[in-house]
Amino acid sequence: MKTQNQRGWLFVLPVLILVAFNALVPLMTVVNYSVQETFGDNLFFWHGLGWFEDVLRSERFHAALGRQVLFTATILIIEVPLGVAIALTMPRKGFWVPVCLVLMSLPLLIPWNVVGAMWNIFTLPDIGLLGYFLNNVVGIDYNMTQSPLAAWVTVIVMDVWHWTSLVVLLAYAGLISIPDAYYQAAKIDAASGWAVFRHIQLPKMKRVLTIAILLRFMDSFNIYTEPFVLTGGGPGNSTTFLSIDLVKVALGQFDLGPAAAMSLIYFAFTLLVSWLFYTIMTRDEQ
Amino acid sequence: MKARSLVPILYILFLMLPIYWLVAMSFKTTNEILGGFSLFPQVWTLDNYRVIFTDPTWYWGYFNSISYVTLNTVISLAAALPAAYAFSRYSFMGDKHLFFWLLTNRMAPVAVFALPFFQLYSAVGLFDTYLAVALAHCLFNIPLAVWILEGFMSGIPKELDETAFVDGYSFPRFFTTIFVPTIKAGIGVTAFFLFMFSWVELLLAKTLTAVYAKPIAAVMTRTASSAGYELGLLAAAGVLTIIPGAIVIYFVRNYIAKGFALGRV
Repeated sequence: MKTQNQRGWLFVLPVLILVAFNALVPLMTVVNYSVQETFGDNLFFWHGLGWFEDVLRSERFHAALGRQVLFTATILIIEVPLGVAIALTMPRKGFWVPVCLVLMSLPLLIPWNVVGAMWNIFTLPDIGLLGYFLNNVVGIDYNMTQSPLAAWVTVIVMDVWHWTSLVVLLAYAGLISIPDAYYQAAKIDAASGWAVFRHIQLPKMKRVLTIAILLRFMDSFNIYTEPFVLTGGGPGNSTTFLSIDLVKVALGQFDLGPAAAMSLIYFAFTLLVSWLFYTIMTRDEQ
Repeated sequence: MKARSLVPILYILFLMLPIYWLVAMSFKTTNEILGGFSLFPQVWTLDNYRVIFTDPTWYWGYFNSISYVTLNTVISLAAALPAAYAFSRYSFMGDKHLFFWLLTNRMAPVAVFALPFFQLYSAVGLFDTYLAVALAHCLFNIPLAVWILEGFMSGIPKELDETAFVDGYSFPRFFTTIFVPTIKAGIGVTAFFLFMFSWVELLLAKTLTAVYAKPIAAVMTRTASSAGYELGLLAAAGVLTIIPGAIVIYFVRNYIAKGFALGRV
């Protein structure tokens, strides 16, 4: 039982100040833009909720949102089970544990634009390892700059390459916290491999998997740098995800009003999904 | 060797392939790269690396990145430690709402805030300093630090605190000499994540800097595009951005496994 103590507020004060400075001021700036119309020269006019209506009705926003949801759903469906499977097959002790952990963590520590550049070099049709292999050895006509399908597959494979290790690390941490006694008990009961997974390993991994899925959802939903460097959102608009589209509107066309309205809708959507997920997953802890 | 060890081996192989290609590229001459496909460098060259180590724009980029990442890790940890303690030990008015509000900042799409951030940090006169990037990265790193540390701290029994107070420890003395050493594995893991997310983030870092604090990854994009198609140079710079990360993982390798297990996670 936690002590009722208002001193807690004193302890969270530094965090509150630092985060509020970074979060509230820019957020209010965005809110400010979202309800105004400008004709340049720093002249702004009240525009009410007009931009929000425009954005919510625009085909372009629907398309970007659709691509974003498809992308996030795909990578979650691939990365979470794959990460758990790899964590289950990893060695539990001995020399190979740190080797595995270090090698697997590597992609997580590469700056995002380097990840994009690296995959760009890797998939160039004539001089990239993967591109050359697919085109000349396997014989598939693979060119990311022309085929939307190839661009999609590449962006997804890149994300799987980049982020599955996060799920592996978290799931592995959950697994090694299970005492040996649990496995011995399962052995005495002659439990099957599936039963051990379903009733011992999965419940023990629940909290770490919640963290992993939440982190992956938030970060993939906000993805910008890697696909931007890799495909530039193309060919056409095929890999223009929400953030890329947003930056195009805000900095490319300098339409601050619609961009701000779009940001807020986008943020609200992320918030809603994360809140639902967080509430459902932590419900039995209360 | 068991069949099940095949899964991690294949996975690691898949992870290493693009990295191998980047490394191989960095040792090739520009002529060889553009001349056609070769699995290994035919003529090994260190020219790409030589350019980076002799040009101040390049090596200062590294120094800049490491400076703001370190600063951010220190600030985030210092602020998050007492806050995480409060969340794990006390119940106070609005604590649950506050915790979720902190998490929401981890969700904010960074692209949304790029322009307002530029205006904010220009207004307070911090534009193009290490402190600007370090403070801006607190937006997503502090919530993460509080989240992870709270997990670790909740795994420590409350009796530890109570015994110390009965023994006459003052709160600051208890916190610094007993509590912090007890969760040092947790702090190690948290520092790893803070370093990681600050090191890899580029959009804000690029928006908030121009000359004096420009991160290496931004130097990379600009140089690569202005000097034409210099893939070898780009690859060499990429390889060098992987090295600090690799060093950090090597130091926390035992904490990652042990550390997570110790916490509530």
